[in-house]
Amino acid sequence: MTDYLLLLVGTVLVNNFVLVQFLGLCPFMGVSSRTETAIGMSFATVFVMTLASLLSYLVTTYLLVPLNLEYLTTMSFILVIAVVVQFTEMVVHKTSASLYRLLGIFLPLITTNCAVLGVALLNLRLQHGFFESIIYGFGAALGFSLVLIMFSAMREKLANADVPGPFKGTAIAMITAGLMSLAFLGFTGLVKI
Amino acid sequence: MNILLAILVLGSIAAIFGALLGFASVRFKVDADPIVDQLDALLPQTQCGQCGYPGCKPYAQAVSEGEAINKCAPGGEDTIKKIADLMGVEVQPLDDSHATGDTPKSNRPKVAFVIEEDCIGCTKCIQACPVDAIIGAAKQMHTIIIDECTGCDLCVAPCPVDCIEMRELPDTIHNWQWDLTSIPVKQLD
Amino acid sequence: MVESVIERITRGRFWDFHGGIHPPEQKFLTKNKPIKQLALPKQLIIPLQQHIGREGDLLVSIGDHVLKGQALTLSTNPMVVPIHAPTSGVISAIKMSVIAHPSGLSQLCVFLDVDGEDTWRKREVCPDLAQLSNHEIIEKIADAGIAGMGGAGFPTHIKANSKADIKFLIINGAECEPYITSDDLLMMEQSNAIVDGIKILDRLLTPTVILIGIEDNKPKAIQALQQATKTIDKIKVCVVPTKYPTGGEKQLVQILTGQEVKSGRLPIHDGIVMQNIATCFAINEAVRHDTPLIRRVVTVTGQALKKPQNVWALLGTPVNFLLEQCDVENINNEKQPVIMGGPMMGFSVSSELVPIVKTSNCILVPSKTEMPSAFEKESKEVECIRCGQCSDVCPSQLLPQELQWSAKAKDYSQLEKLNLRDCIDCGACAYVCPSQIPLVHYYRIAKAEIRQQQQLDLKAEKAKIRFEARKLRLEKEKIARQEKHKKAAAARKAAMNKATPEAEGAKSAVAAALARVKAKKASKEQTSTADSPSNSSADNVDDQKSQVAAAIARAKAKKKLKEVSSDKPITNSETVNSVAEVEATSTQQTSPEDKKAKIAAAVARAKAKKLSKSTETTDKASANEEITEEISVQKTVNSDDKKAKIAAAIAKAKAKKLKNTASISDGEKQSDDAPIQNTVNADDKKAKVAAAIAKAKSKALSKANAKTAAEEKVEASENDNNGDVLPDGATDKKAKIAAAIAKAKAKKKLKETNAVEENNQDGV
Repeated sequence: MTDYLLLLVGTVLVNNFVLVQFLGLCPFMGVSSRTETAIGMSFATVFVMTLASLLSYLVTTYLLVPLNLEYLTTMSFILVIAVVVQFTEMVVHKTSASLYRLLGIFLPLITTNCAVLGVALLNLRLQHGFFESIIYGFGAALGFSLVLIMFSAMREKLANADVPGPFKGTAIAMITAGLMSLAFLGFTGLVKI
Repeated sequence: MNILLAILVLGSIAAIFGALLGFASVRFKVDADPIVDQLDALLPQTQCGQCGYPGCKPYAQAVSEGEAINKCAPGGEDTIKKIADLMGVEVQPLDDSHATGDTPKSNRPKVAFVIEEDCIGCTKCIQACPVDAIIGAAKQMHTIIIDECTGCDLCVAPCPVDCIEMRELPDTIHNWQWDLTSIPVKQLD
Repeated sequence: MVESVIERITRGRFWDFHGGIHPPEQKFLTKNKPIKQLALPKQLIIPLQQHIGREGDLLVSIGDHVLKGQALTLSTNPMVVPIHAPTSGVISAIKMSVIAHPSGLSQLCVFLDVDGEDTWRKREVCPDLAQLSNHEIIEKIADAGIAGMGGAGFPTHIKANSKADIKFLIINGAECEPYITSDDLLMMEQSNAIVDGIKILDRLLTPTVILIGIEDNKPKAIQALQQATKTIDKIKVCVVPTKYPTGGEKQLVQILTGQEVKSGRLPIHDGIVMQNIATCFAINEAVRHDTPLIRRVVTVTGQALKKPQNVWALLGTPVNFLLEQCDVENINNEKQPVIMGGPMMGFSVSSELVPIVKTSNCILVPSKTEMPSAFEKESKEVECIRCGQCSDVCPSQLLPQELQWSAKAKDYSQLEKLNLRDCIDCGACAYVCPSQIPLVHYYRIAKAEIRQQQQLDLKAEKAKIRFEARKLRLEKEKIARQEKHKKAAAARKAAMNKATPEAEGAKSAVAAALARVKAKKASKEQTSTADSPSNSSADNVDDQKSQVAAAIARAKAKKKLKEVSSDKPITNSETVNSVAEVEATSTQQTSPEDKKAKIAAAVARAKAKKLSKSTETTDKASANEEITEEISVQKTVNSDDKKAKIAAAIAKAKAKKLKNTASISDGEKQSDDAPIQNTVNADDKKAKVAAAIAKAKSKALSKANAKTAAEEKVEASENDNNGDVLPDGATDKKAKIAAAIAKAKAKKKLKETNAVEENNQDGV
C-alpha cells in the first residue's frame, strides 16, 4: 500500500510529467489561458490517461506477450489511445458543450499527447503490474492537471498585469513555466522509488 | 503465419474498439446545440438583420454552425470578442459589408427619430420595426418609443419621405460614464 | 442579542470594522464657529431632482410668484420627493443647468429670482403630535421633500415607513470625513430638535433601541445630545473611536451592533434602520413646524477661504455665493478647485453656479499647499508595487489591487466575482496607495460601465422579448389570414353546393331543360306514332283563336307529356283522358248557358288547378310558361278599352276554360279542342280582336324564343307542340323575367277576372 502511495506522490510531484519529464507540453501551453478550460482539460486528461494505461496493460499482458507480438506494442497503444480519446470527446461533447468548444482542437490532440503514450510505454518499460500501471497513469495525469491549473491561474493574473512590453504574451508564459519547473525541482529526493 | 497472426490481432482489436465507438456514438449522441442560446445571449438583440440573417437567434444558429463571427455590426468589437471567447476562435475585425447603416463610430447608442412634420403616415416604418417600437396608424403621424428602440436602422430605409433619422441619445446623469481625467486625485499629507 | 448589544454599549465597548484610515483632522477650521445665517442670494437655482429616484411633475411655470415653502413639484410616485421654494420670489426660468454631479451635466432647474421679502406660505404648526396618525406623519415627511441628507439622498418617508420588525434605529452622527462639521454643529446647536425628530422616528418605527453613533472627536455634540436624551432610556448616545469611514452605513452598523451586513443585503433586512442627524432635524421641522426641507447646514471650508464656517444655506444657493460669503482668497484664479462633499468622497464641481442640493454637506476650497493633487491636471499614478496596503484598509474587505487589475482590463465578470458592488467608494485604498493610483476612480468607471452593461442587457432582453412577440404575432396573423382564405374558399364551395334560392333556380332550370329535352323526345315519339295527323290538322286550322288555344294546349300537352315521360305513360294518359272527356262535355255545355258554364268552368278550374299543381311539382319552368301564356291573354285585356275589356274578359274566361280543358286534353284530344275553339270563334268581334292581339303577342313570344337556337327552330317548325317549349327552355332568363311579370299580372288578372265575372254576370 505504501508503495502505491509513494508511487503516486512520486509521479505527481517528483517526476512530474510536464515540468520534470517535459511530456505533454503542448496542451500545457495551449489550454492554460483560462482556468475553466484548464480544469476541463485536466478532467479529460485524467480520464484518458488512466483508461489508456489500464487498457494498454491489458493488451500487452493478455494479447501481445502470449502471442509473441511485442513488436506491435506501439501500434496497438496508439490504437488504444485513439479510441479512448475519441470516446472521451463524445462524452465531453454530450456533457458539456461549452467545454467541448473551449477545448477545441486540444481535445482530439490528446491522442498525440506524448504524456499519454509516454505513460503507456513507461509502464511497459518500468514493468509495472496491473494496479501499478493504473496508479502510474492516474498519478501522471494528476501531476499534469496540478501544473496545468496552477499555470493557468498564473496566466490569468498575467493577462491583467503590467508586464513589460517585450515579455508580453507567450514569452512571459514560458518564463513562468520555467520558474515553475525550477520550483518543482525542489521536490527531487522527496520520494525514493 | 506470424504475419497473419499480427494482422488478426490488430484487426480484432480494431473491430472491438470500432464496435465500442459505434455504441458510444449512439449512446452519447448530441441532439441540441446549447451553444446557440449562449451565442444568442451575447448578441445585442437589435434584430437588425445587418448580418444577413433575419434576427439575432438565426445568426447565433449560423455562428454555431461555422458562420463568420464578425458580422454583427451593432454589437461591434466587444461582441465579436465575446463570441470569439465562447467559440474558441480568433478575434476578427468587424465585417461591415453587410452593415446597412453606418456602423457606430462612437459607442454612443442611437435611436430613431421621426421628424413629425414630414411624416405622411404610410406605416412602412412600423412594418419594418423588428421590436414594434414605432406607434402610429395609417395617415396618422408616427412616433418612436425611445425606450424600446434598439437603434437598428431598419426603419430609415423604408421611409418614402426620409423623415426618420438616427440620433444619439443625449448624455444624462443616468447613462453618464466617469471620466478618469476629470477628477483630480486627492491626497492629504 | 439586542440585550447583549445594549449591555456591551452601556459598558462603552464597541466592535470594529476591518481596515479604515486616520486622515489628518481638518475639522478645527470650522468646528468652533456657530452656524451662520446668510443673507438671501439674488437668485436660486433649484434642480428638480435632488435625490435618488425620479423628478416630480412641475407645478409652477415661468413668471409665477411663489411663496417660501411652496411646493414646486408634485410627487406622483413613492420614489419621487417634491421640491419647495426656499424663499419667496418669481420664477424667472425653467431650464437646463449644471447640477451638483461629478459629470458636470445639466438637468432641469427652476430659477427663482428672490424678492427679498421671504414671505412664508400658510403654515400649520402642529402643537400636539399625539393628534396625528402615523400615516399622517409619514405623509408630512413625504410632502416636505425629505431625502437622506447624509449623501445618498434616499427618500426618507420610504425608510420611515418600513413594516419590518425593527430592532435598531441608528442615528448616524459619525461624520467621519476629515473636513466636514455640519452635523457636529447641528448637534451642538439643535440637539433638542434633533431628539424630537428621533422621537418621531421612534414612534413610526418602534425599534427596540435607538443608538446615536458619534465619533469621539465631537465632545461638545456628544455632551449636547447626552443632555437632550438624559431622560429617555431608549436612546443611547454611543461614542465611537474616530476612524474613517465610520460614517458608512454598513460600517457603523458593524461598530454598534457587531452585525456584519452581508454582501447584497441591506441593513433593513437585518432589522436595522439608519438615519442621518440632519435628516432627523428636517423631520422634526417638517412634522412639527410644517417647514419643508428648504435649507441645510453646509460646511464651507478649506485653507483658500478667509472665513471658513458652517452656514445655513437655502437649497439652490449657487456655490459662488457661498464662497463670496466666506471670503474666498483667490476666486479669480481659474485653477482654484472647488470640491463638493468631503475630500475623500467628494467631486470637483465644474461650474461656480452649481447649486446646493439636499445632499450637499460640504464645499471644500483647498489651498495649493493643503491639497496639491487637486491642482494637478495629470495624475501622478505609477505602477502598482503589490504592497497590499489597500487590502489592509478596505472597510468592505475587498481586494482593491485585484479589483484594479480587473478594472483596467475591463474584466467585468471577474470584478463581479471580486464583489465590486460592495465597494462603498470610500477612497481609503487610494488614500494609502504609495503609487498614487486613483483606485476609486477605476472602480467608479467600472461600476458605471457594469451598470450600463446591465441596462443594455436588460434592453436587449426586452428587445428580444418584443421581437419574439412580434414574430409570434406575425405568425398568428399569417395563420389567421390563411384561415380566412380557406374559409372564404370553403364558403364559395359551400355556396355552390348549398341550396340557396338562386342556386336552386339554376338547378331547377337545368332540370327543367333536361325535362324539356326528355319531353321533346317523348313528344317526338308520340308525333311519330299517332299525333302527326292531329298536329297537322291543328296546323292546318290556322285560325287565330285556334292558334292561341293551340298554344295553350301545347303548353298543357307539354306538361302532360312530361308526366307521361316521367310516369307510366299509359295509365296517366288514360286517367287524364277520362277527366278531359268529362270536361270537354262540360265546356261544350258552357258556351250556350253561362251559369252552368260558369259552374262547370269553376269545377274545371279546380280540376285544372289540381292538375297544374301536380305538374308544378314536377316542373316550375313549365308552370311559369303557363303563366306567360296567361299574360299574353291578360295583356290583351289591359290594352283594350272598356268594351274590349268586357269582351276580353269573356274571351279570357273562355280562354281560361279552354285552357283548362286544353290542359287536360292530350295531343290526341286536340281534335276535341276544335269545337271549343269554335265556341270561342262564335264569340263577338271584340273578343276576336282581343284574341288576335293575344295571339300576336304569343306569336312574338314564340318568335323570340324560336330565334335563340336554330335547331330548335327547325324542330319548332316541325312540331308546333314543342315549338314554344324548346326555345323557352333555352331562353330561360327571358322566360324568368316574363314569369315574374306574368305572376304580377296574374295577380292583377285574378282580381280583374273577379270583377269581370261580376260584370259578366251583370251583362248576362
